[in-house]
Amino acid sequence: MKHTLSIIVNNQAGVLTRIAGLFNRRGFNIDSITVGRTEEQGLSRMTIVVQGDQRLVEQVKKQLHKQIDVHKVMDITNEPMVARELIMIKVKASPTTLQEITNLIEPFRAAVIDVAHSTITIQATGNEEKLNAIIELLRPYGIKDLVRTGFAAIQRG
Amino acid sequence: MRAEAVKFDNQMMEDPATKEKTGAKMLMECFLREGVDVVFGYPGGAVIPIYDALYEAPIHHIISRHEQGAIHAADGYARATGRVGVCIGTSGPGATNLVTGITNAFMDSIPLVVITGQVPTSLIGTDAFQEADITGITMPITKHNYLVQNVNDIPRIMKEAFYIARSGRPGPVVIDIPKDISYATGAFHYPDSIHLPSYQPTVEPNASQVSKVAMAISEAKKPIILAGGGVLSASAEHELLLFAEKLQIPVTTTLMGLGGFPAAHPLWLGMPGMHGTVTANRAIQNSDLLISLGARFDDRVTGNIERFAPNAKIVHIDIDPAELGKIINTQYPLVSDIKYALQKLIKMVKPTDTMGWVGQVLHWKKEKPLTFKDTNQQIKPQYVIQQISKITKGKAIISTDVGQHQMWAAQFYHFEKTRSMLTSGGLGTMGFGLPAAIGAQIGKPDQTVILISGDGSIQMNIQELATIAEQQLPIKIVILNNSFLGMVRQWQEIFHDKRYSSTPMKGPDFVKLADAYSILGLRATTKEMVRETLEKGFNHSGPVIMEFIVEKEENVLPFVPPGASLDEMIEEGQE
Ligand SMILES: Cc1ncc(C[n+]2csc(CCOP(=O)(O)OP(=O)(O)O)c2C)c(N)n1
Repeated sequence: MKHTLSIIVNNQAGVLTRIAGLFNRRGFNIDSITVGRTEEQGLSRMTIVVQGDQRLVEQVKKQLHKQIDVHKVMDITNEPMVARELIMIKVKASPTTLQEITNLIEPFRAAVIDVAHSTITIQATGNEEKLNAIIELLRPYGIKDLVRTGFAAIQRG
Repeated sequence: MRAEAVKFDNQMMEDPATKEKTGAKMLMECFLREGVDVVFGYPGGAVIPIYDALYEAPIHHIISRHEQGAIHAADGYARATGRVGVCIGTSGPGATNLVTGITNAFMDSIPLVVITGQVPTSLIGTDAFQEADITGITMPITKHNYLVQNVNDIPRIMKEAFYIARSGRPGPVVIDIPKDISYATGAFHYPDSIHLPSYQPTVEPNASQVSKVAMAISEAKKPIILAGGGVLSASAEHELLLFAEKLQIPVTTTLMGLGGFPAAHPLWLGMPGMHGTVTANRAIQNSDLLISLGARFDDRVTGNIERFAPNAKIVHIDIDPAELGKIINTQYPLVSDIKYALQKLIKMVKPTDTMGWVGQVLHWKKEKPLTFKDTNQQIKPQYVIQQISKITKGKAIISTDVGQHQMWAAQFYHFEKTRSMLTSGGLGTMGFGLPAAIGAQIGKPDQTVILISGDGSIQMNIQELATIAEQQLPIKIVILNNSFLGMVRQWQEIFHDKRYSSTPMKGPDFVKLADAYSILGLRATTKEMVRETLEKGFNHSGPVIMEFIVEKEENVLPFVPPGASLDEMIEEGQE
């Protein structure tokens, strides 16, 4: 099962390496990882999505906690939360398919951010289900490139 | 780069007119404030300013002959004294030579502060001469590490480093200091307190959890204590003794826990695990409650984990929350310093009737002591260790290397005192023993320090004989020479049909070698000579090498083959 961990760390050189390295050497697989500063000075938030059973995730959390630069580790998987990812998809497009694609993405509140000679680039944000749906819809047109930011998550309330 | 280096080298160390200190002098000041009076190390370009400050500091610097020697010595010093060991190495190869020693300390939770020199800040990242990314390299093998970027950070970083190294679950901390920062000056302010909101180790146990543990213990009929290295790091030996005696619970000590409970005590069952005693392993397999105190269920202790202590509920007390549930499911986890936890439990637990169980266990102990087939001619390695144990009454500090001799030392030396077994448990580092003995003798000048080594291991850091000779350390070096990398040979015998691939070992003439270092060298070739050689060696006032030519193909028994359960021991006489 997928777990979403929200981690508060010191915003310091080497912290990302420390955390990523820990996952690597303990054999924990990272699905996605995002990092950014928090509203508090000197602190960053990492959102890490990791695959594994409860026991593995417990161990991940404890190992993260042992790091001197880690302030807080929260498994927010089962908490009320909002998780969002931003994707950009470059799809083959010809004058005939351009309008079709634009119509197709409309209900997803996705945006066209670039149109070139033979491609169109679309930006979308949302949860995993929604983004997978868009990708599947666009696949028949020929996806030339796909960029995903990884998930950022925040607890509700 | 060269011009840069020369510029730094020629820079004035300190302006006497101001209170400003150089980074290097700040370092000395921090050492003194942390009570450090001895450091182990090896100089080089990037640490010249630090060595210049050491030149007049009231700190004893022990120069090794290889950085690995220095760091294992700092480790041995820490193990023997319970204080933080300090080691210094230069950038690049100096720092990378420390890596094995840092890992060794990390695996066994030994508190070290390791100072490495780094190329000047302006050269970092340019593949400069003797540049190595030691903070990157040591991230997975340190409790924490620092790259100093500003001279004014030195006091805070040093204070934090010593605190982190010795508090909670102890471990090594590396501080990498660029050369220009050692030369740079700043005002020295040693912080009064430590501000580390993200590092707050739990020391006191949770009260309701303690009650649950106490209840479980009072309900147990066949309890056993598994005591590990955590008992020593918490200085909880006395509490362990009170606890075991009050509740009449038998005690088995892991390799790291040896000495944490006196070997002469009737409740002591010996070491458990792969080369443990029949009694300890049987007691674990038959117990209904296993109380683990600062042990981490290493595979060498548990054998097949699925079939480990099959009838027992597990109480796991450890200061490191990550150990709880890591290897084994625990019904009663308790995060705590072992000393505090035991103090509470001693007060709370109502003694129960364990007489029948203790009687059973003591019966096994009598029926199944550790034995070996002795001969009259050949020297059996176990016999040598038995004699050492008798002569020193189990009260010497024993340092070991890694292999058969290490296991025999663990089995046949009767450790009566805490912090008297210095051995590489987690990493199993050949070459640890000689430098560790140096550190121990420096830290405990009035005690007898004995190295028990093999003809293979001793050659891995043999250059440190020069350090011993130079410092005139009266270390008693025992080499059990079986002309093999014995432990590997044993596995080849059992699992690979005696195909002795690269395990026959040729060493130097150790007696002549001793002479070359102006150390007394003795050799025993028959059983008759063992006692007199030991007595002569121990009575000698200086360092001595005693080489014993022992039976070549002796095996360490009992033996739980890897993957087997603790019930499936190969015992003496049934190989
Ligand atoms: C640095 C290192 N290299 C290799 C090994 C693997 N190893 C474990 S025991 C052993 C043999 C040790 O031989 P010796 O020191 O002669 O001791 P003996 O087993 O003969 O008592 C070896 C090679 C190790 N533990 N450490």
